Amino acid sequence: MTDALYRDYILDHYKNPRNFGELQPHDLEFHDHNPLCGDELGVHIVVEDGKVAGLRFHGHGCAISQATASITSEELVGMPVEEVSRLGADWVIEQLGIEISPTRRKCALLSLKVMRGATTGDPSWPE
Amino acid sequence: MASVAGGTPKARARRAPAVQPFADVRADFPVLQREINGHSLVYLDSAASAQKPRQVIETMERFYSYSYGTVHRGVYELGREATEQFEGARERIASFVGWDPACSIFTRNATEAINLVAYAWGRDNIGAGDEVLITEMEHHSNIVPWQLLCEETGARLRYLSVIDSGELSLDELDEVLAEGRVKLVAVAHVSNVLGTINPVGEIVKRARAAGAVTLVDGAQAVPQMPVDLGAIDADFYAWTGHKALGPATGLLHGRRELLQEMRPFLGGGHMISRVERDHSTWNELPWKFEAGTNAIAEAIGLGAAIDYLARIGMDRVREHERELAAYALERLPEVEGLTLYGPDGADGRGGVVPFTIEGMHPHDIAELCDREAVCVRAGHHCAQPLMRCLGVGATARASFHVYNVREDVDRLVHALGAAREVFEL
Ligand SMILES: Cc1ncc(COP(=O)(O)O)c(C=O)c1O
Repeated sequence: MTDALYRDYILDHYKNPRNFGELQPHDLEFHDHNPLCGDELGVHIVVEDGKVAGLRFHGHGCAISQATASITSEELVGMPVEEVSRLGADWVIEQLGIEISPTRRKCALLSLKVMRGATTGDPSWPE
Repeated sequence: MASVAGGTPKARARRAPAVQPFADVRADFPVLQREINGHSLVYLDSAASAQKPRQVIETMERFYSYSYGTVHRGVYELGREATEQFEGARERIASFVGWDPACSIFTRNATEAINLVAYAWGRDNIGAGDEVLITEMEHHSNIVPWQLLCEETGARLRYLSVIDSGELSLDELDEVLAEGRVKLVAVAHVSNVLGTINPVGEIVKRARAAGAVTLVDGAQAVPQMPVDLGAIDADFYAWTGHKALGPATGLLHGRRELLQEMRPFLGGGHMISRVERDHSTWNELPWKFEAGTNAIAEAIGLGAAIDYLARIGMDRVREHERELAAYALERLPEVEGLTLYGPDGADGRGGVVPFTIEGMHPHDIAELCDREAVCVRAGHHCAQPLMRCLGVGATARASFHVYNVREDVDRLVHALGAAREVFEL
């Protein structure tokens, strides 16, 4: 049975998240939470030559927020920091490849929120 | 109905004789006819907000259609009718919980009722060096107003711990009170997460003996069990109508001496006796605390909700909640990896059952239950300090009201099994 939301790859990333844990030492970090459900996510980033050389997410949350962090982390490694700061909500949803209802949107955007927080200091929710 | 002096309790709620079996009750709730995702609705989130019987909906519709006017001002017939219905609702609501209507203030909700006390009583009676004692199981609305008060006055906010049984320790209460600095004890009657029914009468007694004022947050109690404010005897008691089958309007019941001494909360029309250029004098109780135009239809709607509950009988409502909680506590452990929280058994808990499932976040549990039209809550339930005590970020929660039946619990158990399959657990 395939579920429209909980696709195999979403569950795979949820159960075996890539780039999870801590990164010491790191150059950039940010930590935030989803006020609706209390889910927490932090990120450590190592920067080399203006690019994301390594990153680790940590925290706890639902399948959507954890899988999003995991899936996008693979794209973010190697990306110029300046480019990360310009990423928007659409990019995240595209990476996820599933339709996200308004009630789960913040779950999907939490990882980009902390990435932007770490790279620009802007703590607002991505549009 | 004559008012009673001194905020003294009134006789217990009048009980109308007609008693309906709970199967009939379901027909009163139009929403239960809905189908979602091809399944009939199973609403298990009444602790957040309850569904409304048509008696409440029709009462409000009738009022808006034929009797609407503003209260306490119109000389004309509509104004008179509105005032009569509004104040009549206040009297029946006050009688339902056994308190003086003049000391029963309509607020927007429980949150506003608690803030009213924090501002109008707290600012004048709490100072640096004093302590406000709450508990680890409070809803944010019985935490944040006291944080703000303590920040402003230099008082200290302390928490009574929740012990492993999901209960409060009265020994710890005695120890903290014995230190002699507690000016206010604010505690939930029933926990919105664990369902724990706290011994508020006993807590009030001990707090008062130590010279502390008491506030009980009854948001989860009044909707689902008999509540006799005379017996509890708290100085303030707050609750909210939307969890009691009514619309969103709240109540603050207070001790007359305190309400009389207190300065007003909000200033404006209706709460004054006379306004001079540089000062004013206040209206009598309860209107001194009801600034501006009231939510009139909501108050009248809550009156209808209370009549509805009184007709069933709150003893029967409580028994129904206990039975459903007991059945859920029996069936939910059939789901593999499921952990229950709260007191052992159903006797000491309201109709609230929180749980988590290993390997599946509560958000995902709720999402997958919704596929089968089973509405459960997921998240921190506005009780983040308690979540930290439980060592979880969030839980799922099923809660019940008069319209729920045992099959609803069966449907939940089924939906949870299906959810585990989706997650390949
Ligand atoms: C225990 C408790 N206190 C207070 C509240 C706040 O009620 P309201 O949001 O109606 O003010 C709630 C419900 O949300 C509650 O469960």
